[in-house]
Amino acid sequence: MLGHARARAEPLELSLYAGDAGHERGQAAVVCFPARGEHVAAAVDVAVRHDRSFVARGSGTGLAGGATPVGRPVLIVTTRLNRIIEVDVDARIAWVEPGVLNLDLSRAIRHLGLHYAPDPSSQAACTIGGNVATNAGGPHCLASGVTATHVLAVDVVLPDATMARLGGLEPDQPGYDLRGCFVGSEGTMGIATRIAVRLTPNPPAVRTLLLDFSSIDDAAATVSGIIAAGVVPAALEMMDAPITRAVEDFVGAGYPRDAAAVLLVELDGLEAGVAAEVEEVSRVGRASGARTVRIAADDAERELLWKGRKSAFGAIARIAPDYYLHDAVVPRTRLVDVLRRVGAVCAEQRLTVLNVFHAGDGNLHPLIAFDAREPGIWARVREAGDEILRACVEAGGVLSGEHGIGLEKRDAMSLVFGPDDLDAQARLRDAFDPAGRANPDKVLPRGSRCGELGPVPPSSAGEGMWI
Amino acid sequence: MDLIRAEEEVARVVGAAVRVDPVGAGTHREVGGRPPQEATVVRAPVGVVAYDAADLTITVGAGTTVAELTEVLVSAGQECALDPRDPTATVGGTIASGLSGPRRPRVGPLRDQVLEVRFATADGRLVRGGGPTVKNVTGYDIPRLLVGSLGTIGVLTRVILRCRPLPASVWWGVSADAPGAVRARCLRPATVAWDGALTWVRLEGHRADVEAEATGAGLEPAGACSWPVGEHRGRASVAPGRVVDLGRALEAMSGLRWVAEIGVGTVHVATDSEAALGAARAETERRGGWLLREAGAPGLDGFGIDLPNGALLARVKAAFDPTGKLAPGRLPLAKSVPPLHGEVTLGGVPAL
Repeated sequence: MLGHARARAEPLELSLYAGDAGHERGQAAVVCFPARGEHVAAAVDVAVRHDRSFVARGSGTGLAGGATPVGRPVLIVTTRLNRIIEVDVDARIAWVEPGVLNLDLSRAIRHLGLHYAPDPSSQAACTIGGNVATNAGGPHCLASGVTATHVLAVDVVLPDATMARLGGLEPDQPGYDLRGCFVGSEGTMGIATRIAVRLTPNPPAVRTLLLDFSSIDDAAATVSGIIAAGVVPAALEMMDAPITRAVEDFVGAGYPRDAAAVLLVELDGLEAGVAAEVEEVSRVGRASGARTVRIAADDAERELLWKGRKSAFGAIARIAPDYYLHDAVVPRTRLVDVLRRVGAVCAEQRLTVLNVFHAGDGNLHPLIAFDAREPGIWARVREAGDEILRACVEAGGVLSGEHGIGLEKRDAMSLVFGPDDLDAQARLRDAFDPAGRANPDKVLPRGSRCGELGPVPPSSAGEGMWI
Repeated sequence: MDLIRAEEEVARVVGAAVRVDPVGAGTHREVGGRPPQEATVVRAPVGVVAYDAADLTITVGAGTTVAELTEVLVSAGQECALDPRDPTATVGGTIASGLSGPRRPRVGPLRDQVLEVRFATADGRLVRGGGPTVKNVTGYDIPRLLVGSLGTIGVLTRVILRCRPLPASVWWGVSADAPGAVRARCLRPATVAWDGALTWVRLEGHRADVEAEATGAGLEPAGACSWPVGEHRGRASVAPGRVVDLGRALEAMSGLRWVAEIGVGTVHVATDSEAALGAARAETERRGGWLLREAGAPGLDGFGIDLPNGALLARVKAAFDPTGKLAPGRLPLAKSVPPLHGEVTLGGVPAL
């Protein structure tokens, strides 16, 4: 079932699949390219019988090292499982294979007046299977919810190589919500082979606004003011001064280069409600000190405004050759405090930081731009990252909003959770994977299980991890 | 006594008890399996702990009633979409029962409303899962594990819930057209309910939108849809594409009152005859679904079917409650934990 075409162990292949889009690297024993669900089960079965661990990988766009092969595992790449199996327009449900690209699904159903709502920035490249693994978000998850709210059922290969359907098209399932447990489990509870997702009707009215401010405080006050006014926009994104300038230089989206912060607000729904919300957002913005409120006049202008936001990471290359993108969430009301702290931390470490993030749900993405060739820079980048995470947690936040824990934040889990909390998570994981075979080095730090002894190493990824 | 002290006391009692019966307001006592006999009754703490309207989150003791929660939220122009049939239900009981309200198409199922949980474990610890923010992938989704677990994983003591602004207006209309067609004419209806003759639609939002949508969908103004009542009550769950077919089958049976949620797949069934509820269950199962007993029907099993993924469910249960002391009888799981490789076996070892 897994001949040469579907399983490779040459050094080139192994090095191509040594990591994801984050900074951790490892090496697999063998890389498998299943084209059917049974191939996935066969690959996991090989791991079981050879007493190996296995790691699932989609497009490798993850940033937390969730798909990085650690400990010479069987690496199972799902990109050839890329069929949209079925679209039920009346029920607004699609069955897809895990390797289907996020944007490809929305494109394939556009003519039906439907779309798939979660839209991570990497949506042109990331797979829906990977989205399920990390419970991916995106700008438009503010109103419509992250991946977990859009996944109805998952056919999975469990870590013992047996197959099961978790969840279902029926609105309720008897017993525990295993589907809910699986989504966001970062490949530690098995591998999805088919996914049923909910499709969302395209809204008839969409308006996009760009508000610009002479201070970050005013922009953040506008975010809180919009929510307090009873408006939950489809998207509510913030960009600070450095990233606004970088983006403007890069794509010329018409962002004011002298703004201290800009807000990109999208409102959708039916005509009258959207018109009223445009009024309300404009009013709140002006009352909170917005210098200008620009309302996109047509689709072309809308797309241009979004192009600026979506080009943010490409624009960084003009500032420095490398970047480290963080992901943490704080209560909306603490945004200003935490942004100030992020700025101070990076200033202290003499690092350039840019902020472009999902302000509406408090999901920060501080982006540190640097040149990896500079001696000692990595230590400063990491120290700043740790300090930023601590600041977010102290403000009542969490470690990740949409990227996941993976390897990157595994050892920070104890900042958020106590020993009993981690023990409960370990119990849930072990119920799915008693042999500890599925992506074993990810998500939970060593010592999570009560009674588990031994020191917590900084990382088990080994040499060359932070290249 | 402040809430944390009360939670610690719950954990102490749960840890020391031989059998535990978590009780809220008693509004969901007949949902699923029967509550245990001769068990230590445990009640969760009551009260609003923290509410920041600008964060759209509220922290409450799990013993707080939904009515109390709603009163606090409405004063700030917000709501939390728990929507139990009886608002005297507690927040914890509503979550543990797992029953979503009828506005699910617009606000999402119950499981999407719970951000963080704290619960007492079988061995007497207090465990926290999830987080206080609306977006969070920090570790495993423990809150979703607790939703619908009927008290068998832990006893909920405190939760953080997602809030939302109250809709600007709410309007009910009715149409005699086919339910699927009525639903297709509305963008984000809160409820589309069908009783075999008429389709009721609840619209929420800006008044002008609601009016335009009502006109476009050919709806006549009507009172709110009423959900069926009777001594024996259940909730059928089928794939949304099969709900009209199930409705037609139920229509042909006598002594049943039912209302189907179109686009969802839930059918609420009530009757004065236990046998009729059993017959409705058989029709549901014939269409690949299942029917949960919600009230009455002492002769019927709570779920009617073997729970899917029984071995995995049993392992999850055993991981949190190895002696089976939490709410025994409410979720019919396998008594012993089956070995691995017990569900589907593959053929020979494939060549690599």
